[in-house]
Amino acid sequence: MPLLELKEIHKSFGGLKAVSRVSFALNEGEILGIIGPNGAGKTTLFNSITGFLRVDSGEIWFNGENIVGLKPHRVCQKGMVRTFQLVKPFLELTVMENVVVAALNRAKTIKEAREKAMRMIELVGLEEKRATPATGLTLGHRKRLELARTLATEPKLLLLDEVMAGLTPTEVDELIGLLKEVNHRGVTILLIEHVMRGMMALSKRVVVLNYGQKIAEGVPEEIVKNRQVIEAYLGEEFASAQG
Amino acid sequence: MKIIYSLLGLILLILLLLPNFVSDYILGVFVLIFFYAYMGQSWNILTGYAGPISLGHSLYLGIGAYISTKLAMDLGVTPWVGMWIGGLGASLIGLAIGFLGFRFGLKGVYFVLLTIAFGEIGRLTALHLKPLGHMMGLFVDFKPGLANFHFRGNLPYYYIALGFMVFSLIVVRVLEVSKWGRYFVALREDEDAAESLGINVFKYKMIAIGLSAFMTALGGTFYANYIFYLHPTSVMSMWVSIEIIMRPIIGGIGTLFGPLIGSLLLTPLSEIARSYFTRAGLEGIHIVIYGLLLVTAVLFFPGGIFSFIQKVLKPILGESRES
Amino acid sequence: MDLNLVLQLATSGFLLGGVYSLIALGLSLIFGVMKVINFAHGAMLVWGMYIAFTLMNWTGIDPFFSFVASAGGLFVLGYFIQRTVVNRIMTFHEAMQVIAMVGVMMILENMAQLIWGPDPHSPHTRYSLSTIWLGSVMIDIPRLFAFLLAILMAAAVFVFLKYTDIGKSIRASADNRIGALIVGTNVNRVYAVCFGVGAACVGAAGSLLVPLMPISPHTGFPFKLTSFAIVILGGMGSLPGAMIGGLIIGVAESVGSVFIPSSLKQIISFGIMILILLLRPQGLFGGKGS
Repeated sequence: MPLLELKEIHKSFGGLKAVSRVSFALNEGEILGIIGPNGAGKTTLFNSITGFLRVDSGEIWFNGENIVGLKPHRVCQKGMVRTFQLVKPFLELTVMENVVVAALNRAKTIKEAREKAMRMIELVGLEEKRATPATGLTLGHRKRLELARTLATEPKLLLLDEVMAGLTPTEVDELIGLLKEVNHRGVTILLIEHVMRGMMALSKRVVVLNYGQKIAEGVPEEIVKNRQVIEAYLGEEFASAQG
Repeated sequence: MKIIYSLLGLILLILLLLPNFVSDYILGVFVLIFFYAYMGQSWNILTGYAGPISLGHSLYLGIGAYISTKLAMDLGVTPWVGMWIGGLGASLIGLAIGFLGFRFGLKGVYFVLLTIAFGEIGRLTALHLKPLGHMMGLFVDFKPGLANFHFRGNLPYYYIALGFMVFSLIVVRVLEVSKWGRYFVALREDEDAAESLGINVFKYKMIAIGLSAFMTALGGTFYANYIFYLHPTSVMSMWVSIEIIMRPIIGGIGTLFGPLIGSLLLTPLSEIARSYFTRAGLEGIHIVIYGLLLVTAVLFFPGGIFSFIQKVLKPILGESRES
Repeated sequence: MDLNLVLQLATSGFLLGGVYSLIALGLSLIFGVMKVINFAHGAMLVWGMYIAFTLMNWTGIDPFFSFVASAGGLFVLGYFIQRTVVNRIMTFHEAMQVIAMVGVMMILENMAQLIWGPDPHSPHTRYSLSTIWLGSVMIDIPRLFAFLLAILMAAAVFVFLKYTDIGKSIRASADNRIGALIVGTNVNRVYAVCFGVGAACVGAAGSLLVPLMPISPHTGFPFKLTSFAIVILGGMGSLPGAMIGGLIIGVAESVGSVFIPSSLKQIISFGIMILILLLRPQGLFGGKGS
């Protein structure tokens, strides 16, 4: 049984079909990438899976349960957590305070939450910044903070919305290492990514969205050669020229 | 932290002994300082910690004051019991308003206007209820005695108000380090992020407004038994709500000591201005000066005076934030 | 229910509603552009009233002429308040904005009390009690004039916004603050003029109310609360919404006094306001989303 399975999910805004009959499945322990040009419906897909938007039709099976209609906080309690494309740290709170809030999702006591938060902060390498309010962090550090926060909720499945955007190449490499480690510890990952290097290094399988529809699925090496995908990204003429 | 706790202990000791050294008038000023610090702290729980801005807290003050007073006058229930019933009543109304506002997703100024509308409806309704004295207002029968919450002179009120104020400090401090308080702050900072991390935003906003309304109503009972006269215009107008929120905002919204510091500054100032200028025959000028001070305070200490003090004292007291 | 009475109340409410519209127009304009709720709006109304009242006492000029002076005076006051206070608090926490504007309200309201005294004045004009009949409906002449002039003033504001450069910039910044910034208009000046025009609307309205009701330093408060309700009804920042909302609230409050004591009439406005907030927070005429 897959950990996450989408069956024909559909979401439109007014007349615009943002996500149109998309299906795919994700096995436990896997890393699956989602790519597609801007406006392809990737973030809408994430919002729909995590309960921020309610799908118009279709089923979302997570861990053996149809989670359509659950509020985001219930989805999180079930073990699925997401990051935001534009990071949303609790700005006035310190790094530690940020992560403790998330750790309270499962921890019984504040003490337990603090210990877990500390481990997550160490994992993402922010221990020196733990008393700094999030306002004082760079973008790279904010992204790590957000990662630490999501991990502190003890997810089975982690949804990452462009965590590598805006980072320097060194930071990207560090993050790739970090995410591999997280995956190695048993967290399944679904990621939207524009940074191709990150996508290639992490995902074993890739789903391509265009205009809300799934146009391709497969291993990354094949996907980049797929004619439809090239068209979607670079336009038809380019694809024809390539023969 | 140790140094802060011993400092607080020392201040509390001084406050406990203070009545031996000052006049009844000064004690009266301190009663108001503690009272407004308490009311500000109650409001601070909702707006300062959890986020939704309320400009209708006079409603809860009024409900608390009227329920406990009517219970005492008509049924002989002591205000010491009646205040909790008043608190529950206000809490229910607060929850009803919160339910509507939060279910329908009102934020920012829209929630402010919702609370103003309910506050005004409360005032206008009270103005037309016969049992509340109609347009004449309600005079509380003065029956001195501990059981009746009525006393001659300011001394007993001083200790009761001090007790209220310390109680509110403890409640908020306990909140700050507990799960509830941490969740409040998280949803104040970013609701979507809080929601995505497993926090039931609606539930915790409801807890915040229920608790805030409850505590405000307890203060309403104190007010009724200190002033002995209740009129919807004097206890339930928007002006009362403004009086409640002014001190924590000036002192530092969402901080433990903000409401107290704001009250320590503003309450004596307003008292001095009132008595000095009224005697000089310039009624109204004290409010002009008060208004100028508010505007100046907002312009120059937009984070509140407490955060300013924290910044100044940080090298001395060390890091107080969680690390 | 007496249909004639209802018609009578509806007419008189509609006429007063025109003045409500003008008050709400100012509030909505300020909110639409600066996203600040002008808590001093009621106090500004009172200043408009006293300016007209003073001119009448000194020179005998009728408030229905001196509304131009009230509008001018309040424009200057609004411009000044925007430059000194509002402009600095626009990025602050909303609670801080409320307190600053409440501070401005306290200053204006009590300055009026210091200057003109706390007692109410009821100035008399030649036509105070004159009426005309329209079928079976009696119409107060002062109310009719107030209505017509309020509409005239509002029309002038719309013309200003539509045809002058600065007016166009104001509309642009109401639609999209960033856009107007990029085009390179002097945003500070746009904001200050906008606040001035908003204040001028409420100042003119104050003047028009002078023949209709007693003036005191605290007259403005209920009007401010009613104008909040109107702006919510019409849609925060929507100018046509403010106009139509004012007429609706005027009629609703007036006709409502058939069913409830007129001292409770504001409950109707607040009831409408709550319903709109919950069911259609963008207002009747606002765009989608809130």
